[in-house]
Amino acid sequence: MSRRPSVIPGFGLSLGCAAFYASLIVFIPLAVLFAKAFTLTWAEFWKTVLDPQAIASYRLSLGAAFVGALINLCFGFVVAWVLVRYQFFGKRIIDALVDLPFALPTAVAGIALTALYAPQGWIGQWLTPLGIKVAYTPLGVIVALTFIGLPFVVRTVQPVLEELEKEIEEAAASLGANRWHTFRRILFPALLPALLTGFALSFARAVGEYGSVIFIAGNMPFRTEITPLLIVTKLEQYNYAGAAALAVVLLVFSFILLLLINLLQHWSAKRAGG
Amino acid sequence: MNAFTKWLAVAATSLAASAVLAKDVNLLNVSYDPTRELYVDFNRAFAEHWQKTEKQKVNISQSHGGAGKQARAVIDGLAADVVTLALAYDIDAIHEEAGLIPKDWQSRLPHNSSPYTSTIVFLVRKGNPKNVKDWDDLVKSDIQVITPNPKTSGGARWNYLAAWAFAKKKLGSDEKAREFVAQLYKNVPVLDSGARGSLTTFAQRGIGDVFLSWENEAFLAGKEFGEGAFEIVVPSLSILAEPPVTIVDKNVDKHGTRKVAQAYLEFLYSKTGQDIAGKHFYRPRDPEIAAKYASQFIKVDLITIDDEFGGWQKAQKEHFNDGGVFDQIYKPGN
Repeated sequence: MSRRPSVIPGFGLSLGCAAFYASLIVFIPLAVLFAKAFTLTWAEFWKTVLDPQAIASYRLSLGAAFVGALINLCFGFVVAWVLVRYQFFGKRIIDALVDLPFALPTAVAGIALTALYAPQGWIGQWLTPLGIKVAYTPLGVIVALTFIGLPFVVRTVQPVLEELEKEIEEAAASLGANRWHTFRRILFPALLPALLTGFALSFARAVGEYGSVIFIAGNMPFRTEITPLLIVTKLEQYNYAGAAALAVVLLVFSFILLLLINLLQHWSAKRAGG
Repeated sequence: MNAFTKWLAVAATSLAASAVLAKDVNLLNVSYDPTRELYVDFNRAFAEHWQKTEKQKVNISQSHGGAGKQARAVIDGLAADVVTLALAYDIDAIHEEAGLIPKDWQSRLPHNSSPYTSTIVFLVRKGNPKNVKDWDDLVKSDIQVITPNPKTSGGARWNYLAAWAFAKKKLGSDEKAREFVAQLYKNVPVLDSGARGSLTTFAQRGIGDVFLSWENEAFLAGKEFGEGAFEIVVPSLSILAEPPVTIVDKNVDKHGTRKVAQAYLEFLYSKTGQDIAGKHFYRPRDPEIAAKYASQFIKVDLITIDDEFGGWQKAQKEHFNDGGVFDQIYKPGN
């Protein structure tokens, strides 16, 4: 089979570079992780990953990450909308602030959030009399995971919104659509793939988060203990294989979720296109 | 040809120069968190001492972090010449997982290779409002106790074992001790992953009535947060915490630093070294220096891990490994 010469030269070389780089940085470390986990026998592996304490931690880690990503989906969209559609004083500062959770060491975020939400903290002292406890409860975990995930939704939705021309909405309005209609039939389908991507990234990032959570979670076994903390616990016992086993579980969960969202995205893009 | 001789000459001079440089010697001390200030002082003293006696400059680098993390770094190849960690268990792991040191490392230096000791005390708020005097008070229903998770913190393991030893002595059996410790952990509202995090929870967030602490950290907290903000309560019985030190044989042989590394650790036992330890609120081993700091440390009955728990390996396995007593305390329904 003869290959048609490409218009842009250097495909072979750049593909080679890309594959090599991706292997070195992503694939090989992940393969080693799997290899380490499977130095355990099957029985040991299942015992480690199905331990009730581990299962309680998946429920918290995945559940809180999911809720956090949902919150980011709603409010990240609002932030992106405001940033794209309106001109106001201080817009650039807000735009820059959105990226802060990317740049901040997560432990610093954790300490700051705990200081705010602890029973005597600035926000905590107003919530405690209402019977709402944030720090040292699963709610605290959600707060931390929402914080670190925000930029993902904003930064994926923003460019798509920018490309949607205002004229489309005006056209819809002139054809008699009310605002809700315009949003539901015109804007939402176009934005859906970006929203899903933002959600998935925010979720995946939160599943593995450690630094910001351990300060605010309280780390009580079965209640506020996240899986990454259990992984660290295993490492403290020099149980590398056990730690890798739990990591594999998280990885598989995240992978399945990303796959599902990719499929969904594919489907929605196709539907919007057709 | 001419160029080649010139090149040779340059190579020779640079070799000679590097030989001169090689007279400086570099040491890496991998330690745990609370010893940071101690080793800053001690390294300065040792460098002076070595310059005077051996006419050699020694550059000492320090690495600090949680003891378990630090041990793992050495196992994974961090080229430490000496390790000065919180628990013998962590150094045992360096022997077991990486074979960098011999099994009998702990008998190579006096006093179980622990040049200074510490113990576990209570830090309470000013005026001791809940009137906490001893371990018994920690299991009362209206008390909140702050201590890190013994599964992730070396210091927290000492706390846990001290409470256990007290209960066993007072109540007579392992069974009773277990109930006591389980009750104590019911009063712990937050399990931080390390000692410094727990101190923040207690001192800055204002959570809890009692903070179980290394003695030297309790003194530091007093300084840090203002004299009089907290009081130290010394219980009737506590545990002799022996943070051990050793050279990392395979690394010092590779670096050619055995002699200076050995001298570095022995200097910890000298009058100067012991005095620096005392100044940083560690209990000196040397009787003369200990006498000098006697007024600083309250006398307390101290049990040792070897006598009471049969050594770290056994204690770790029974209490802190997966499925051990600590995990059982937290089983749902308990």
